Amino acid sequence: MNRINEKFSHLKSNQQKALITFVTAGDPDAETTVKIIDGMEEAGTDIVEIGIPYSDPLADGPTIQSSSIRALKNGIKIPIIMDMVKEIRKYSEIPLVFLVYYNSIFKYGMDEFLEESKRSGIDGIIIPDLPMEERNEISEMMRKKDIILIPLVAPTSRERVRDIVKNADGFVYCVSINGVTGAREKIGTDLKSYMDSVASFTNIPRAIGFGISNAAMIREVKDYCDGVIVGSAIINVISKYDDNSEMLENLKKFVSDLKSGLSEVKI
Amino acid sequence: MKGRFGKFGGQYVPETLMNALIELEEEFESAIKDEEFLETYRYYLREYSGRPTPLYYAENLTQTLGGAKIYLKREDLNHTGAHKINNVLGQILLAKRIGKKRIIAETGAGQHGVATATGAAKFGMECEVFMGEEDVQRQSLNVFKMKLLGAKVTPVKTGTKTLKDAVNEAIRNWVANVDTTFYVMGSVVGPHPYPTMVRDFQRVIGDEARSQILEKEGRLPDYVMACVGGGSNSMGIFYPFIEDKNVKLIGVEAGGLGIESGKHAATFYGGSTGVLHGMMTYILQDEEGQILPVYSISAGLDYPGVGPEHAYLKESGRAEYVYATDQEALDAFMALSKIEGIIPALESAHAIAYATKLAPTLGKDKIMIVNLSGRGDKDVGIVSKFMGVNL
Repeated sequence: MNRINEKFSHLKSNQQKALITFVTAGDPDAETTVKIIDGMEEAGTDIVEIGIPYSDPLADGPTIQSSSIRALKNGIKIPIIMDMVKEIRKYSEIPLVFLVYYNSIFKYGMDEFLEESKRSGIDGIIIPDLPMEERNEISEMMRKKDIILIPLVAPTSRERVRDIVKNADGFVYCVSINGVTGAREKIGTDLKSYMDSVASFTNIPRAIGFGISNAAMIREVKDYCDGVIVGSAIINVISKYDDNSEMLENLKKFVSDLKSGLSEVKI
Repeated sequence: MKGRFGKFGGQYVPETLMNALIELEEEFESAIKDEEFLETYRYYLREYSGRPTPLYYAENLTQTLGGAKIYLKREDLNHTGAHKINNVLGQILLAKRIGKKRIIAETGAGQHGVATATGAAKFGMECEVFMGEEDVQRQSLNVFKMKLLGAKVTPVKTGTKTLKDAVNEAIRNWVANVDTTFYVMGSVVGPHPYPTMVRDFQRVIGDEARSQILEKEGRLPDYVMACVGGGSNSMGIFYPFIEDKNVKLIGVEAGGLGIESGKHAATFYGGSTGVLHGMMTYILQDEEGQILPVYSISAGLDYPGVGPEHAYLKESGRAEYVYATDQEALDAFMALSKIEGIIPALESAHAIAYATKLAPTLGKDKIMIVNLSGRGDKDVGIVSKFMGVNL
């Protein structure tokens, strides 16, 4: 069984929800990224999204844009990221998902990219600029390699949700708002009706992402979903500290705080 | 396949935009068949922009070069000084039809930004233009014009701070405001339906040129040439000639400081297939698909991609793509000013540059049409700086 499905079924049997956290590979460097992932797992993250930096990340706001630029300046390359994943797989079974723009996969060679991802121990891939109209070829190849293509739905998707989640596996990435990634104070969307409509088309877990920046917001959204995704807020913590051990310390605190927002029982 | 030119084109955008693109496609397809819509569009092209633009026989240039007969399609005589207004009028009328009141646009040289700000002023819409910070510096005159016209100009500080990044930021803004906002894309780039829609709003250039040359010469030209950044003026003039197999179509890209220097924007020289701004096309990228910084003296050609239909015309062999360097474009800029009394935009000067190379090698019985896509007023600052003259 794919680690993502395994994780969600385990969480479900314990009546828990998933905390999914994001990190940009190579920001500040590959070695530290591995430590960040270890630290996040230790602090209670259930699934880690590893961002492959791209020069023109259309779906990302300023935080992840800057993080990607820092990583690229530091010389991060796809083979280094694959090695990083292999390193983590030596001792960890945490589900790992790539967040990668389509051109990175296309230019690298779709088959090579997927083959190396599989061999390294990647469980799923999110491609933020690949709508269902363009996904047939890659989703077929991924199915054969047992890597899950995580589908994205948005508040504007409406009737498209039905086809987007058809045969979907892993979880559905539910974009919370119209906009790019980035920590926000508030989510304006009517999440209840949005998430209910997604649930009417699929039984697989639904995770909410974009804009979620703290435990308080997690408390507000957790009843509507099976997991939450936190990205930019994590990057904000990582980029705040110059000293790595200080950063890791604070990041772990931040992640366990996020986790507490999820695990609190509703009275 | 829908929205494809061979393998090029497509819709590689965040899911949030997909329903908006589908709606746009439906509205465009119904509008372009609606005689009332077309009549309104033609009315504004004629009465507001001053079309048809002349097909001018450049007699002095022809005699100086001593070869093929050169005609200039005078898009520089349009209202706002370039071909960009053709497309803007079409898209703004479409935005009105859909009921959107806020429009956004990207701009490089500022010509599309000025045209969009003009259209927004005319039709009473709120307008925000995204422009790379570097281009804001290079094209301060156009920035001022946009502000005069009531638009908000937002400098883009990310990436290379030029046209590519302005497109990124406009797309991001559209994602956030998709319910209220219409994105007026300025070239034959982006996700479907933009490449087709912008071409159809620019084909008026070629339609006019084709009937004008038949009237003046009683035959079709041997060559049609135009500069290519994203490729809207070239696609507009090429399209009506595509079925005329004996008419050679030549696109002229920006060679910057020379291809070997790496500082250029000639996508077909050193570019490869990839995905940028929602389309599959030729792009300048490294081995891992990171978009490379590009360079040209002309802000309007400074773009690492090219319209997907151009990529298709290149691969199918129907059109040929060459380049002119900064220096060649500057020489052509000077030459056309002195010989014909026409100051061309630096973008268009690239097409003139290649024409001045090719024409002397051809017989006097040959005819070429060069698209003079815009006028050079906006560029005199850059050119004077290059010449070491303080204005």
